[in-house]
Amino acid sequence: MSGLVLTPVRATFRAVAETVVPETATLDADGWREMHDLVEGALSSRPESVRRQLVTFLRLVEYLPVARHFHRFSRLAPASRTEVLSRLERSGRLVLRRGMWGVRTLVFLGYYTRPAVQEALGYRAHRDGWSTRRAPAGPDIVAIDTDGGARGS
Amino acid sequence: MLTHDYDVVVIGSGAGGGTVAQELAPMVAQGVRILVLEQGARLEDDEFTGGELEMSAALYEDGGGFLTADGTMTLAFGRAYGGSTVVYTGTSLVAPDRVIREWCVSGLEFPDIERRSRKFMVQNDVHFLPRVLLNENNKLFVAGCARVGAKAEQFPLNLRGCKGSSLCNLGCPNAAKMGTHRVQLPNAERAGVEVVTRAEALRLEERAVVVRVHEKKDGEKGLPSGWAPGEHRITARMIVSCGGSIGTSALLLRSPVTKGIPRLGERFTCHPAHILVAEHDRPITNDVGHPKSYYVDRAEHEGYVLETCMYFPFVTAKNLTGFGRDHSTFMRAFPRLQMILVLACDKAVSGNRITVDAAGRPVVHYTFTPEVIRSMVSATRMSARIFFAAGARRVHAPSADPPLIEREQAYRLDDLVVEKHFTPGRLSISAAHMMGGCAMGAEGSAVTDSRGRVYGMPWLRVADSSLFPDSVEVNPYLTVMALADRVAEGVREDWRA
Repeated sequence: MSGLVLTPVRATFRAVAETVVPETATLDADGWREMHDLVEGALSSRPESVRRQLVTFLRLVEYLPVARHFHRFSRLAPASRTEVLSRLERSGRLVLRRGMWGVRTLVFLGYYTRPAVQEALGYRAHRDGWSTRRAPAGPDIVAIDTDGGARGS
Repeated sequence: MLTHDYDVVVIGSGAGGGTVAQELAPMVAQGVRILVLEQGARLEDDEFTGGELEMSAALYEDGGGFLTADGTMTLAFGRAYGGSTVVYTGTSLVAPDRVIREWCVSGLEFPDIERRSRKFMVQNDVHFLPRVLLNENNKLFVAGCARVGAKAEQFPLNLRGCKGSSLCNLGCPNAAKMGTHRVQLPNAERAGVEVVTRAEALRLEERAVVVRVHEKKDGEKGLPSGWAPGEHRITARMIVSCGGSIGTSALLLRSPVTKGIPRLGERFTCHPAHILVAEHDRPITNDVGHPKSYYVDRAEHEGYVLETCMYFPFVTAKNLTGFGRDHSTFMRAFPRLQMILVLACDKAVSGNRITVDAAGRPVVHYTFTPEVIRSMVSATRMSARIFFAAGARRVHAPSADPPLIEREQAYRLDDLVVEKHFTPGRLSISAAHMMGGCAMGAEGSAVTDSRGRVYGMPWLRVADSSLFPDSVEVNPYLTVMALADRVAEGVREDWRA
């Protein structure tokens, strides 16, 4: 599955990802593969038109800076990349803001759904809930009076 | 194409379909054949893992990322045995008397809605969560509300044996949430109602529905369908559509037999929502315990409701405006984050509606009215005050630019959180309370009567949130159940006649 949609814009996507989530710059090859697979997995269920729009938008991101910065996006310094993406995010054109929102959402999906990252953030939700943190106290159920009030039981 | 014949077909198995199935189930003993069709899969208990990505993909349409036509809002709705009742938090509120009166539907009175809602509150084991099980995310909300003079009220919840996993929106991994998949559908099946999953309703025909049954793919969660993959045509004397606001509206809009119904797809509302996040100086219990235990109701005069909430890392990241170092820093503070969900009580307006594209897929058109924007900005300011009053160090407010507001700036909230910074497409807006599309009302100005009978189609009923002629201003599932109960009662009466 890896590379199905992002292959023609892989360098741009990686540069965008490193700008959106700076921690991705430290990912090793396995980390990038995992991230790409997650993004490709999410894209696989989206309509073909959405996938085409994504690739078109990433191509736009790649070449947009040439006029102002004389370099393609993926060859810019981090500060310049941030400037380019900020301008897109604040653009007066909805289509550009939407594009930026969609790409950043994909980057977040690829990065923040990974179990290792969630653990590193300190996210500890567990199916056993309170029993993993402390012993819950005894039951103290408060039933709803179907006439409108509440009553303890 | 395989063919089948039933007396009653119910399309959808959520709050509407599950209720209709249960309430019609006694008819099975009289020889009436009843079938429920569900587009999603039936998951086994051990498949509810709480994994953010896998459960979103398994339980939500488009993984929870269904976009409106202009791409400025994501709509989250369930697609599973039990529909959206699998993925809500179980908050169980009766529709306000004022709202039912404002709906102005002839034959629909508040006492009837209230009586039926309370019947399902009892059946679904609705109660207040024991205070000892409340987490700090909720306690801080209550404390902050008290300090700013806002009235925090506790949510009644339909839980049985809640362990506090905090994973309600990913499907409770402990079978503790009393959705239709745990209560009404099993009751119906025990009485002889048949349920077929992975069955996508393609179109309605005169007293018939054509469905496509999907094969279970490799790696997909859920049981295979009980029917063979492929297209099936089911004839029935009565069809009750319960596919939700978007599902039912789209089904009727793409079906030649119903697509010309006046007002179809109109009066769409959805309670547009922001997730607001605040950072505290110390870790708090936020990802353990029921996430949504309290609310502040400012619907009547200010057009918004605040609810406690707690989301998962990806959803949280998506809902923080911006990117880069500041965004990452905020995310790394996850154990110290407090969250509030801001919901606007939007009103039905022309233009906000459901249509279908050339392939028959639903398209939701939604524009944020000035009133909605004003409500969301006002609600954001109030939430920020509550956060700071609860001791937060900084608050992320989407309608501020920059969105991070430090404690030292709290006195400037009215200047920092302003309508001009509410920029659709830049900030994240989502909704999970889709309503309208097949509104009840008078013939000519609505799609159905107050019993869900589609005008001009005596064989077709609707029993879901698409019936709402305007937003309900509370979490809608209990009102859907009450309306579905009325629809089922009407079906029984008509059947006897």
